[in-house]
This record gives sequence, C-alpha cells and structure tokens, in this order.
Amino acid sequence: MQAGDDRTLIEFVYHEARLIDEKRFDEWHDLFADDGRYWMPLTRGQPEGAGHTSLFDEDKLLLRIRIERLRNPKSYSQAYPSSCQHILQTPGIESRDAESGTAVLRTPFMYLEYQQDRQEVYGGVAWHHLKHSGGRIVIALKKIELLNCEAALPSIQLFP
Amino acid sequence: MVSSAAGYRHSAAAIRALVRDDAVHRDVYVNPELFDLEMERLWRSAWTYAGHESQVPNAGDFITVDIARQPLLMLRGSDGTLRVLLNRCAHKGAKVVGAGSGNCGRVLRCSYHGWTYALDGSLRTVPLKSGYAGTQFAESEAAKGLWPVGGVAVYRGFVFVRLNRTGMSFEEYFGESLSSIDNLADRSPLGRLEVAGAPLRYMHNSNWKMFVENLNDTMHPMVAHESSAGTARQLWKDQPPDAPKPMVIEQFLPFVSNYEFFDKMGIKIYDNGHSYTGVNFSIHSSYSAIPEYAAQMEAAYGAERARAILGESRHNTVYYPSVTVKGAIQTIRVVRPIAVDRTLIESFTLRLAGAPAALLERSATYNRVINAPTSVVGHDDLYCYRAMQEGLDSDGNEWISLHRNYSDAEKAEGGLPGIYNGTSEVPMRGQFRAWVAAMTAGTDA
Repeated sequence: MQAGDDRTLIEFVYHEARLIDEKRFDEWHDLFADDGRYWMPLTRGQPEGAGHTSLFDEDKLLLRIRIERLRNPKSYSQAYPSSCQHILQTPGIESRDAESGTAVLRTPFMYLEYQQDRQEVYGGVAWHHLKHSGGRIVIALKKIELLNCEAALPSIQLFP
Repeated sequence: MVSSAAGYRHSAAAIRALVRDDAVHRDVYVNPELFDLEMERLWRSAWTYAGHESQVPNAGDFITVDIARQPLLMLRGSDGTLRVLLNRCAHKGAKVVGAGSGNCGRVLRCSYHGWTYALDGSLRTVPLKSGYAGTQFAESEAAKGLWPVGGVAVYRGFVFVRLNRTGMSFEEYFGESLSSIDNLADRSPLGRLEVAGAPLRYMHNSNWKMFVENLNDTMHPMVAHESSAGTARQLWKDQPPDAPKPMVIEQFLPFVSNYEFFDKMGIKIYDNGHSYTGVNFSIHSSYSAIPEYAAQMEAAYGAERARAILGESRHNTVYYPSVTVKGAIQTIRVVRPIAVDRTLIESFTLRLAGAPAALLERSATYNRVINAPTSVVGHDDLYCYRAMQEGLDSDGNEWISLHRNYSDAEKAEGGLPGIYNGTSEVPMRGQFRAWVAAMTAGTDA
C-alpha cells in the first residue's frame, strides 16, 4: 500500500459492507482475491486452522454457491427475502506493509438481519486483510469476530 | 385452534388415540401439555445423551447440561469415576455450578451459603455447623448432598443418562443399535474418540420431533436441498469428470441424488425408536480415500477388519430421542427440546484419536457446511420445520400421513425391527410406537 492512502483503505471497507447491504453480490464476490477467504470463527480466540469448525469459512467457490443459491427460486428459506444492514465504526488501520502491499484493518460493527417481521441484531469486530492484486485492492481474508459466536443462534442467511 | 382440550395428563386413552398405525395427530407437534408430558415421561425414562467422556478427562473436570428441564452436572471424581448429578444445591436449590464447563478443583462450593460437596456429590461442609446441633438436619434430605441421576452408562466414550430411578437398562434400551457407535469409535486406529472443540449451536423454532424424524427422512433432500446442493452441482457440471473435487463439492453433491439412490440405501429399524439409514451405502460412500489413514487402519485392525469398518457407510443413526450419529463423517447432533416450538440442536465434531488431521478437517468442514446456523442446507430444513409448525397449528386435516410403505406385518409383536427400503416412513412409525409406550407407561387406561 502506498503511504497516504489511508482514506482509500477505509473507503474500501465501507464499500465492501455497502455491496452486501445493497445485494450487489457479484461485485462483492469480485472484491475477494482468487484465494480469498471469508471466515467467522465459532469460538472467541479460535486459532487458525481447519481442525476447529467455524460459522463461516468460505473460499470463493463456497461464496459463489451461496450467491447463486440466493437467486434460486427454490431457496425456500428465502421465500421472504432476507435483508441486512451493516453499521460500521471508522475502520482502524492496524498494520500496513508498503513492501508487500498489504494492510490489516479493524472495524467494530453492528449487523442487522431482517426477514418477515423479525430482526436480529449482531455485533462484533471485522478484520480486513487486504492486498494488492492486478492493480487493485482485494480481500485476502475477511475475519468476523461475532460477539455472540458461541450462542445458540437462529439462521444467519446473509453475510455479517 | 382446534387442538384437543382432552386433558392428556390424565388420559392414556387420549394419548393412544393420537397415534394410528399409519398416521399421527398434529397435537403431538403443537400441544404444550403434550410437550410437558414428553419431558416428564418420555425424556426422563429414556437413555439420553449427556456428553462425551473426553470433555471431562481429569478429576474435577465438569460440563453442565440441561436434559428434560433438569440441570445436570457431568463430573469426573477424584476416584476417576464419571458421575452425573443434579446441579442443584441441597440447601436452597441454587445451581451449584454456573459455568458450562471447567474444573472445580477438589470440591464444589455453592455461591450462596458456601455449602461444599465432594466430587462424588456428598455434602462435605456447612459453615457454622453448630447451628444445626439438636435438629433433624443429619437425617433430612438436605444432608444427602447432590442427587445422582437414575442411571449413567458410558459406552465407547458416549455418556448416556436415565433420569428416572427405575426403568429399562441401557443395554435393553439400545440393543443392537449400538453398532453405529461402535463403527464410529472403531474408525479411530486407537478405538477412541475425542470431542474436537465447541459445538455448533443452532436454535430451531420448531418441535424437536420434526428434527429427529428428518434425520431418517430420505424423501426430502432432493427437494429441500435442491437450491443448495443443486446449485453446487450446477456450478461444478462443466468440470471434466476427472477434475479433483473440492471437499465441499464432494459433500454437497450426494444430497441431490435421485429417489432410487435413497430408496436403495436401505433403513434398519430397532426397537424403542432407534434406526439408521444407509444400510447398503449412503451419501458418504464416495468420499475420496485418505491413503495414510487406510494404512493406519490396516495396521491397527488387519486388512479384513479395517475393510469391514470403513465399508460401513451409515447415513444417520437416530438414538431416540436425544442424539443422532453420523459415523462415516464423525459428527453427532444433540437434540435439546426447550418448548413445544423451540429446540436447540448442538452439533459436535469428533476427532478420531490417532488418525491423520485430514479426517478432522473433513468432519469440521461437513459440520459447518451442513449443521451451522449459517448453513444453506440447514436454512432450508429449518424453513420446512417452521412451515410445518405454523401449518399444523391451524385448522384443517388433523392427521399427518405416515403411510409410505406401511404394511400390517409391522404391527405384530416384534414385527417392526428389520431392514426396509430407504424411502419408507417406517422410522417415524417406529418412533411413534416408542413415543406412545413411554407416554402411557404407568398411567391408568
């Protein structure tokens, strides 16, 4: 990342949330690096690694399956389509490495998911691990630390 | 609402009338009184799953769990014995242990008046004991300490309890159905399982029986899961046949197998509501081999026995009513009814002790993709349960058809256990036969 482009990084995080909320899922999917990952651990402080299950641990293929499914008229759980809204605190730039072109941003958030007269409220911290690829910024990893990740949860159908 | 106001508590006849040989009355899913009676009669007389012994390896280790509205404490004693006690202080009834898991040290101590208990549940000390001099305290219920549950059985590491003091023995209750737990544990080269981390906890706003029935319902995957597994198939269809399948594709695709596949899979029925799908093969049969693991199994068991263990590919085994086991992918789903229309499903990933990490990764992936509150498979299942819950709680036909492949031969004494075609509704009929027996046992006609 170039020096002085803090605003670009912060705007990227805002933009990423907005694409989800506006259901512009193809554009959102395109923000991820080819080996990008969308991860929501099941426990607080869960270490890296596939030996513990998670709430989300999606590569681009799994994200694509989710996106295409949402458009499938036989997605019965979407008979009433879900909607969501992210409310973000200003992202903080936790680290940045000009040489490798990477940056890590930390963003406390609230996430609302609504479906058929019911609204669920979630909160937590999102970590965006960004890198440069093909002349643009892409997501290497979006890690979502959900405050109530260990709770008995109802269906979460979109993307915190 | 036309739910029966018959007053089920005092009428075994009214309960019997809910279950026909080939149909069941909708009240069993929507009537709160029946739910109360299920907790008191069915769940307390059944052997239900409490936990796994790997969760409490050392003296003082505990987990807490609620079964049929009873707060329980599963605890490893100083003598190494695993006990399950009512988590309820003998003094004023406060829960003695507040945490979900941990180590309590050498004693349990109530947070209110400091009564302490040894790890076997016996009352050890009461502060200012002189205050009880000259009273009947020593002979009272309070002096007896923490009550044990009626029965505890540890089978291949799985801990089951019977809350009632008397009833069927563990062996009689499960019988030959325990072979599914054997097959799961045998898949470890060391014959041992460990719970791998925290469970996925998915709250269902539907009756517990809908979930349990669904585990052996092979007529729904190709319909309910077409949007998820069918989408995966669609996205994969242009790949050459020999392209290596990503793990999730390998796990998704069999869900949209055709009716013939599920029918030929076969179902095995046991007494007391237990059953499993996948007698001949299952949706787990075609996973890619892990050569290092196969070699370990051969070394541990010999070629023939290893082949027999891994050749079993049971789909879902229902240990009625509280837990379902998936040996071929090493996950279990624990059923915790909360209200007539509220059920917590906890899905655990198991590690095969001594096996390569790739197996645990496969189990953890499957558990996430299929059983998480974020699962696109789970979303559509729960949608269907909820749709039934709301539909059944309305006027209309009061009877739910269980006619598929019914035959009068099932009615004969001992006529139910056996092997059936995979799309039969015989598992549900077997569950309701066990349900009626437990719900009317010991009551007047």
